[in-house]
Amino acid sequence: MDAFQWLYSDIVKEHFTNPRNVFDPDKDGDFKADAEGMVGNIKCGDQMMFMLKIKRDTIEDVRWKTYGCASAIASTSMLSETIKGMNIRDAYHIKPADIANKLGGLPENKIHCSVLGDKALRAAIDVYLEREGRAGEFKGEDVQIICKCLNISDKDIEEAVKQGARDWHSLQEATKIGTVCGSCKTKAEELLHEFVHIYS
Amino acid sequence: MSSRYVYLDYNATTPLRAEVRDLMVEALDIYGNASSMHELGRAARAEIEAARKNVAALIGAKNPSNLYFTSGGSESNNTVFNTMFFHGRAQKRRKIITTSIEHPCVLNAAAHLGEEGFPVVFLNVDDRGRVDMDQYRRELGLDVLLVSVMAANNEIGTIEDIREIARLAKEIGAFVHTDATQAVGKIPVSVDDWGVDYCTLSCHKIYGPKGIGALYVRSKAPIEPLIRGGHQEDGVRAGTYNNLGIIGFGEAARLAAAELGEYAAHTSRLRNLLRDLIVERIPSARINGDPDNLLPNTLNVSFPGAEGESILLSLDLEGIEVSTGSACASGSLDPSHVLIAIGLGPELAHGSIRFSLGKYTTEEDIRYVGEKLPPIIARLRKMSTVPFEQIAVAGHHRGV
Repeated sequence: MDAFQWLYSDIVKEHFTNPRNVFDPDKDGDFKADAEGMVGNIKCGDQMMFMLKIKRDTIEDVRWKTYGCASAIASTSMLSETIKGMNIRDAYHIKPADIANKLGGLPENKIHCSVLGDKALRAAIDVYLEREGRAGEFKGEDVQIICKCLNISDKDIEEAVKQGARDWHSLQEATKIGTVCGSCKTKAEELLHEFVHIYS
Repeated sequence: MSSRYVYLDYNATTPLRAEVRDLMVEALDIYGNASSMHELGRAARAEIEAARKNVAALIGAKNPSNLYFTSGGSESNNTVFNTMFFHGRAQKRRKIITTSIEHPCVLNAAAHLGEEGFPVVFLNVDDRGRVDMDQYRRELGLDVLLVSVMAANNEIGTIEDIREIARLAKEIGAFVHTDATQAVGKIPVSVDDWGVDYCTLSCHKIYGPKGIGALYVRSKAPIEPLIRGGHQEDGVRAGTYNNLGIIGFGEAARLAAAELGEYAAHTSRLRNLLRDLIVERIPSARINGDPDNLLPNTLNVSFPGAEGESILLSLDLEGIEVSTGSACASGSLDPSHVLIAIGLGPELAHGSIRFSLGKYTTEEDIRYVGEKLPPIIARLRKMSTVPFEQIAVAGHHRGV
């Protein structure tokens, strides 16, 4: 089948078949995480969990688990490689688009599958900061969490609108916002309206 | 790259079989317009009418002139709903009854009639995918214009009781349509035995070319063209005859009818072997569909704790081609409407795979899948956030 191009890039394929830092219950039973974060819902088709070892604000090691598609697995694998040795502040501000670029791009309709990884990462860092008595330290810098279930911020909504989201449906496609409890919809729609006004 | 290539997506489409291909290659030179009166035109017309007889015979239609060639299943289905629009808009009798597990072209055509003010009911199905007959009886009344139920479901392979559904519809004088796209060539189809007024067929599911299908319309049942133009197909379907497609369809239909029993026996034997291998080797695998009323070639399985697109692509890397009910493979956010309709929780529907076997499937193919599939499921389950045992229990909303 060499004559046919795979749906995804070779990098995605490689990370999908050999994911880095994925939690292996047989080998990682004694992996002691300083913080864990989980987002998504298996009912929506994907869920992601990040486990971080952090020393002096540096991510020393990472493990993750997912119920998700190839796009989600490869993105999270790439993200986990990227953040090793990184300062948590920098890790916190990684954008899904950065990871998609490193993967050699993702099909348009698969972008929404790749956003869970960085949401889970942020959730884990938030847990760490809270434990350190520094709750919300990075959020104050530039973001406000709108969707608590999936840890989606005002910046994410802004970014989605910049990328072309114009209504609730396309915003959901891009970010998955409001697909769990839905209670953020009013606030998110206000922001959506605001950003659409600014960017279109 | 994999050493083997195993195609198990015959419900999506089938390869063109050699006999049909050969005939079509010859037919490439039959360039006459079948509507022309001269010799070349008459020659093309003769081939088309011979093909029509073969297609009619495949569905037990006594009169070939009740068959109209179309571009495929979607056009045939839309022609029926379009007819109901014109027929029903000026009268009180305009209720449409269909099911929640139809192909999207029926669901969308029915929903469109709903937007135009026709009352539309999408019947529930049970946990095996069979129409809820109690609900059906309750919905039947003198206001019902059309009952449209697929003969067999493309995703889970459940065969509906079309004869009984048609009998009840006829008691109150409604028209009956069945989309037999997945049924023909796999199970006996008889429009007279079933008592349907309209029957949809597609050629590329029976080893013929794509882009050609047919609609059976019982004499005296109303029919309104979707495409207006010339007088082709008695004015029911305008457009220059697709000689090549029709000739291919005729041959594919002739062979499908001749080989029906053999085909069913071959595919069901291998399908059952695949089912047994999966159940034996993969814990908590859940077989979907109705084991008592199942297409011989179809096997739909949920693998709790493993996401469908990941399974599909892992199999693809081993040269095994299947399809999934997972939303992630289609790019939508919703999992298969059929799997949800049979009561699967989304967490199970997302992890479902359809294996559809066919003429060229071999026992070696099935044993190869039996070897490759278990480690794929095990790998994905191992990295899952939720233990599969937990999903297997939680996902059984109505259970089997």
